[in-house]
Amino acid sequence: MNGSAPTAPRFEAEALADMAGLAARHPSIFRVNWPRRALTVAIVAVLAGLFISGFWALGFSFARIAGGLGKLVEFAGFMLPPSPGSYATFLTYLMALAQTLAIAFLGTLTAAILAFPFGFLAAKNVIPNVFLHFSLRRGLDVVRGVDVLIWALIWINVVGLGPFAGILAVATSNFGEFGKLFSEAIEAMDKKAVEGVASTGGGKLHQVRFGLLPQVFPVIVSQVLYYFESNTRSATIIGVVGAGGVGLHLYEQIRMLEWQHVSFLVLMILLTVAVIDFVSGRLRFAIIGNAKIVA
Amino acid sequence: MSHAIARLPEPRLRALEDAYGAAVAAKRRQVLLGGLVLAALVGLSAWAGEVDLAKFFANLWRFPSYIGDIVPTLRLTHLGEDLAEWYWGLGYWLRLMGETLLIAYLGTMLGGLCAISLCFLAAANLSRSARVRWLVRRVLEFCRTVPEIVFALIFVAAFGLGPVPGVLAIAIHTTGALGKLFSEVVENIDMKPVEGVSATGATWLETVRFAVLPQVLSNFASYGLLRFEINVRGAAVMGFVGAGGIGQDLIESIRKFYYSDVSAILLIIIATVMVIDLATERLRHALIGMESRS
Repeated sequence: MNGSAPTAPRFEAEALADMAGLAARHPSIFRVNWPRRALTVAIVAVLAGLFISGFWALGFSFARIAGGLGKLVEFAGFMLPPSPGSYATFLTYLMALAQTLAIAFLGTLTAAILAFPFGFLAAKNVIPNVFLHFSLRRGLDVVRGVDVLIWALIWINVVGLGPFAGILAVATSNFGEFGKLFSEAIEAMDKKAVEGVASTGGGKLHQVRFGLLPQVFPVIVSQVLYYFESNTRSATIIGVVGAGGVGLHLYEQIRMLEWQHVSFLVLMILLTVAVIDFVSGRLRFAIIGNAKIVA
Repeated sequence: MSHAIARLPEPRLRALEDAYGAAVAAKRRQVLLGGLVLAALVGLSAWAGEVDLAKFFANLWRFPSYIGDIVPTLRLTHLGEDLAEWYWGLGYWLRLMGETLLIAYLGTMLGGLCAISLCFLAAANLSRSARVRWLVRRVLEFCRTVPEIVFALIFVAAFGLGPVPGVLAIAIHTTGALGKLFSEVVENIDMKPVEGVSATGATWLETVRFAVLPQVLSNFASYGLLRFEINVRGAAVMGFVGAGGIGQDLIESIRKFYYSDVSAILLIIIATVMVIDLATERLRHALIGMESRS
């Protein structure tokens, strides 16, 4: 309490005046790490160089961007107010939206049911065969690597145009995802519950039913619900290649430059996705609480 | 001396058994009700989705036969010639695949830059105006809910055919997806450095630069790489609607039944996606390792 507490500006001035001393006392803070800095600069330069030359390589030009933006503004003007034109068209769109939901729902469910046994087969702790494990996992990877739109094109060859091909496409592409996720969930489970059931004299089936299933089932259900949400989004566009749902109408209306219809359809999709997200989020929360779903 | 298990008196035992029975019955009823709802939904969707199992099983042979058709004939005696015939357009397809990767890269970078500039405004702990935060969040939601193919269709109408609409469509979708993830990362930071820097009288921008960015940058890069991986898959089908990349050739060969071309292009796509997956996974692990060391 000597009454001469230094004020902030004085501290600053003192510190600045003693910069050389500070640097001498704390060399590790003032030393510049040149190799590290050079590496950072080099990475940023490569990324930025690729970025800028990429625009040039893909044919971006100011004239094209400006012209396109002008057109976009024009389109946005045409989009207002969103309207389906007539009540009959509205009903058609509503039916197409129902089709989209059906594609997402049945596709997810079929994939889940088919992938469930595969999850066990591809799990290291159920079948400890390295060769089988590796080949199953790579097979699932290939299925996953093919986009849902490509699967739709392939299934159209089998069952013809329409939502059924869409269901099969969503089911196939999700089968690859689920097989991987389920087997990981099964690999992550706790062995103790199964051993407990075995110690009371439970058979193999009892062990699976009372030891394994209660652990795995909630995780799997929540993953399936999560994918249902994301499939609702992808099912809206699967119609672009002719596999049913609202995508076909969206594609046609954009091609015919019916912007009021387009904005109406987009609004319908946004609303549906929001509702599905809400419902499935509630269900997921009821099943496993706030736990993390995607590993 | 023997131990006997004490049995409860009969009436209490019965009460407990009844309670157990009621609990099990309630659970069973719940499961049954859930099953009925599920069955009803399945029936309804099967009707709306025009499921035709008879047609499916009648035509199922076409699936393996299609797969058989697209597999090229490779004979051991003429392996070189057969491979050359199968991949007759290798150079052309590789150039298209390169274009696809470039579309994915530009879309990810452009979207990532937009997401970085918007995420601080959408984070609850840094944004000072609730109204701005609400607005930014709704914009991001819109960007990621509308599928990128829809953006691509609209942009093809506005910018013309080619990779330009593809890049822009992917960039917008990426902005929405990364913006949300980035703002969640920002919301989870340690606030003490922020307080420290703002106590020195730093502006909002300086606080973000010196207190927030060092904490979040490795997470940002990791999410960005993950998104790049997803965008490569997305860019591969952009050509379906005329927005550049290898998709245009793929859909043409599927539609025109150029069978061996289908398998050739698909294999290129699958191999590229796998390589990118492995490479980004390596990079992401390196990034996460860097974060835990510092």
